[in-house]
Amino acid sequence: MQQIIYFFQKFKYFLFFILLEFIALTFTFNNLNFHKSKFVNSANSITGGFYSTLSNSTEYLDLKSENELLSEENTRLKNILEKNITVSFDIDSTVIDSLKYQQKYTFTNAKIINNNYSKPFNFLTINKGKNQKVDKEMAVINSKGIIGITENSSSNYTRVQSILNKNSGINARLKGNTSYYGTLKWDSKDYNTVQLHDIPRQAPLKIGDTIETGGKSTIFPEGIPIGSISKINQGNTADNKVDVLLFNDMSNLGFVYVIKNLHKEEIQSLENTNNE
Amino acid sequence: MNKSLNQSLFFLFLLFLQVLILNNINFLGYINPYLYISFVFLYPLKEKRFSFLFFSFLLGLLVDFFSDSGGIHAFSTLFIAYFRLFFVKVFFRKIPADYPFFNIKSESFGKVFNYVVTLTIIHHLIYFSFANFSFQNLSMVFLNTLYASVFTLILFFTGNYIFTKNE
Repeated sequence: MQQIIYFFQKFKYFLFFILLEFIALTFTFNNLNFHKSKFVNSANSITGGFYSTLSNSTEYLDLKSENELLSEENTRLKNILEKNITVSFDIDSTVIDSLKYQQKYTFTNAKIINNNYSKPFNFLTINKGKNQKVDKEMAVINSKGIIGITENSSSNYTRVQSILNKNSGINARLKGNTSYYGTLKWDSKDYNTVQLHDIPRQAPLKIGDTIETGGKSTIFPEGIPIGSISKINQGNTADNKVDVLLFNDMSNLGFVYVIKNLHKEEIQSLENTNNE
Repeated sequence: MNKSLNQSLFFLFLLFLQVLILNNINFLGYINPYLYISFVFLYPLKEKRFSFLFFSFLLGLLVDFFSDSGGIHAFSTLFIAYFRLFFVKVFFRKIPADYPFFNIKSESFGKVFNYVVTLTIIHHLIYFSFANFSFQNLSMVFLNTLYASVFTLILFFTGNYIFTKNE
């Protein structure tokens, strides 16, 4: 017993040091795991509160560009609306608008209050949380393209795993009539470029082609723009890798939409049924 | 009493300086200084080290909370906080009896420079290795360490120069 007490006396600082380092390592490993990052993140009320105060005081600096984005988006949406109205008037029979009764997605607007893009594992914080029905595994986009997936939410704030995160893997496809799919990942080198992996070799790729979300997941609706192809790998590598230049400037983000898939639980329960 | 109040104000000042200003600099797209570690350099040397180790850990963890990095800042800050005493012995040749009278401002610039540079590079190397979290892109880890260390050191010595001159 004397020996043990003496041991603790002698190495007390070292043992304290090891204990705290162990705690820090636990936080680090949990943070890299999508489903476990509960404790240390910027979506709690204290850090979220600080960031939202800061962003409230700086948001007027980029009001002009935000307004331009908004008016561009409004013009685009108005054009789409106009097209649809003319089409529905042309048909002189009863139109059953199936979309109306099978709404699949709901949109919530939110503001980014903290943005990271310079590290290998980047996260964003938005100012909506469980009180506003924003929860984990929802898509986050803006008018130009995709931004990330919500990961962890407190009552008023949510942390978003950016597409600029080495853990992110999003289903994406070539825009057009073809249906060639790949996985969108990031190699942590340049915040304007992401990589599309495993796209089939026979896919007709050209520089400048648009890449959009594939709709093969329960998170992103299909057809949301991502970026354009900037470099095609000519070599015979195992995974056919294509560089994609993002439409979004990830270093300058303001208001976003959070998309909730109303059919997610139904799809997931179907996929998880055991084979008998 | 006055001293501990000063220490806690300095703690909060460094935390908010780091998370609200320095984390958003992104010079050339990705270079940020990590000036909050000057807490470790300037905290007085004491025989009992529990509070110092704990506050270093806490400062790192709070920076982690704000920058969504898990426990990486906490890990690296605690690491240099624990090994600070070793480097004080190496560079300043102090024995435990000297600790209460030790003041970094009264030491010669060369010794302080060696001490601060060593601790900064160790901290940044650990931080960027964990932030990268793989054995790929090792060259990026070393480059980031180099750039960020230079940035941090410039800020630290400029700040030190400005604040000591007024006294």
